[in-house]
Amino acid sequence: MAGKCGKLYKKAAKVTKVIDKATVKHVALLSRLALDEREETTYSTQLASILSYINKLNELDTKDTPPTSHVLSNLRNVDRADVLKESLKAEEALANAPEKEGDFFRIPKVIEGK
Amino acid sequence: MKYEPVIGLEVHLQLKTKTKAFCGCSTLFGQRPNSQSCPVCLGLPGSLPKLNHEAFGHSIKVALALHCSVQKEIKFDRKNYYYPDLPKNFQISQYDKPVAHDGFVDISSCGKIKKIRIKRVHLEEDAGKLIHQTGGPYSLFDCNRAGMPLLEIVTEPDINSPEEAYDYLTGLKSILKYLEVSDCDMEKGSLRCDANISVRPAGSDKLGSKVELKNMNSFKAVRLALEHEVSRQMEAVSAGEKLQQETRLWDAGKAVTLLMRTKEEAHDYRYFPEPDLVPFVPDPSYVEDIRKTIPEMPDAKAKRFKERFNLSDYDIAVLVSDKAAADYFEKCLESYDNPKTVANWIMGDITAQSNLKNTGIRELGISPQGLAELLKMIDGQLISGKMAKEVLLEAIEKRCEPAQIVRSKGLEQLSDKGELEKIVKVILGRNEKSVQDYKGGKKNALTFIIGQVMRETKGKANPAVINEILKKSLGE
Repeated sequence: MAGKCGKLYKKAAKVTKVIDKATVKHVALLSRLALDEREETTYSTQLASILSYINKLNELDTKDTPPTSHVLSNLRNVDRADVLKESLKAEEALANAPEKEGDFFRIPKVIEGK
Repeated sequence: MKYEPVIGLEVHLQLKTKTKAFCGCSTLFGQRPNSQSCPVCLGLPGSLPKLNHEAFGHSIKVALALHCSVQKEIKFDRKNYYYPDLPKNFQISQYDKPVAHDGFVDISSCGKIKKIRIKRVHLEEDAGKLIHQTGGPYSLFDCNRAGMPLLEIVTEPDINSPEEAYDYLTGLKSILKYLEVSDCDMEKGSLRCDANISVRPAGSDKLGSKVELKNMNSFKAVRLALEHEVSRQMEAVSAGEKLQQETRLWDAGKAVTLLMRTKEEAHDYRYFPEPDLVPFVPDPSYVEDIRKTIPEMPDAKAKRFKERFNLSDYDIAVLVSDKAAADYFEKCLESYDNPKTVANWIMGDITAQSNLKNTGIRELGISPQGLAELLKMIDGQLISGKMAKEVLLEAIEKRCEPAQIVRSKGLEQLSDKGELEKIVKVILGRNEKSVQDYKGGKKNALTFIIGQVMRETKGKANPAVINEILKKSLGE
């Protein structure tokens, strides 16, 4: 599967080398993903292809186009009064949790920096 | 070479609101784990955050009090990270358009006034609580705190000693308490502080590699951690070592800072605009309305107290540091115009009791008028100063006014001359030897006689009157 994808994206990646293996390793670390060497190569290629595609958008002249982070570009100041709403019960909040312990969600231990 | 520390502080303040920043869940402290969550703060698909108007108003109020410029257009951003303390996998925070920027606080440190510039004030959501089980491969997560409104107040690196950092925090806390926007309770985590510190050759304007210090849970801990870190960094630099940018944790038990992580990795947060919250453009009249709700600030109050009352700078600083105490003081003066006496009582017995009970001055249940009544009774010699202290304690215990205690126990001082003369006569008759001693020159004997009168009257006799009577009857 990975091999096939690799072949598919190889052509595009050759055009612009926008992401290197070191960056992929760094992003993987930030995302707490353990990648082996082959995956690192695969994702470098795939991400390069995706980013090259996005680079294509940079060719557009957007000098007079204001940046929009929202679809509703004219909407401003949408807020709510500080009024209490009923919360979910602990049982309900925990209902979909893959793992729980007492009233808590149980999650894999993550110690920062490791 | 001489080195100097360069310090910047980040204060996180939990704003006092009924509900969380972006949803209607309660902000009450100490509730059952995971009983204060909803689809929004659990990050369930399809849920949309909506900003709490009260939290927004509080943040503008703080910004104005710190002399900041309120941003014309305020927007929220997502701060992305993979530490699992927020279910959404990102924190709603602010990146390039925070609530406000470029303000200052004047602090008094070592007898001088120093201006500490405020870089920015921004609104964000708090993270949930993780409990790490020792040994096991799991952590437990409680979502209750996730999404509570948090205000981050960041200074420029204008602080040059641990002492100044302490004074800034004390001054800032006092301002924040005056604004009544937060409990400012470090024990409950509603006020937290991180510090950035580096050292550089004295007089240089270059900044060294900065170390971020975390895990300090009191202002004293901040000062201690900074003191430790200043010496650690100075020793390293003097020995020719190169310091690296890193995060260190204060270990209060061992009184050392410990390396937590190297900074670059953890700070790659990939901020981007929060698409679920539209920008905020506060109306100038709305901002002005908030400005009008800002009370007299501690420094202005201190200045006014100094002009009006004949009190020491120390007394004024203590009174003004707690808005409730300062208000109490002024209220009390309306019925009893003796600033020094009132200040002494507030700073002495009353503060001692509120510290002991870990509660505010008003929660002790003694009204300012009640204290004024008590002080008048001392002046009118109805009770002694010593008795008044006991009465105050009892009134606090029984949650009633001091005058009630005095009345119900018949504690009024015995000042009636005729009555006392009779008692003195009896006592003198019983203690002829002491009378002889006194007349023979032993002045101590008088003290003994007064003591006997006091005993007879269960301590209620007015000492001044007894003195007068005794001196007369003993022929002086």
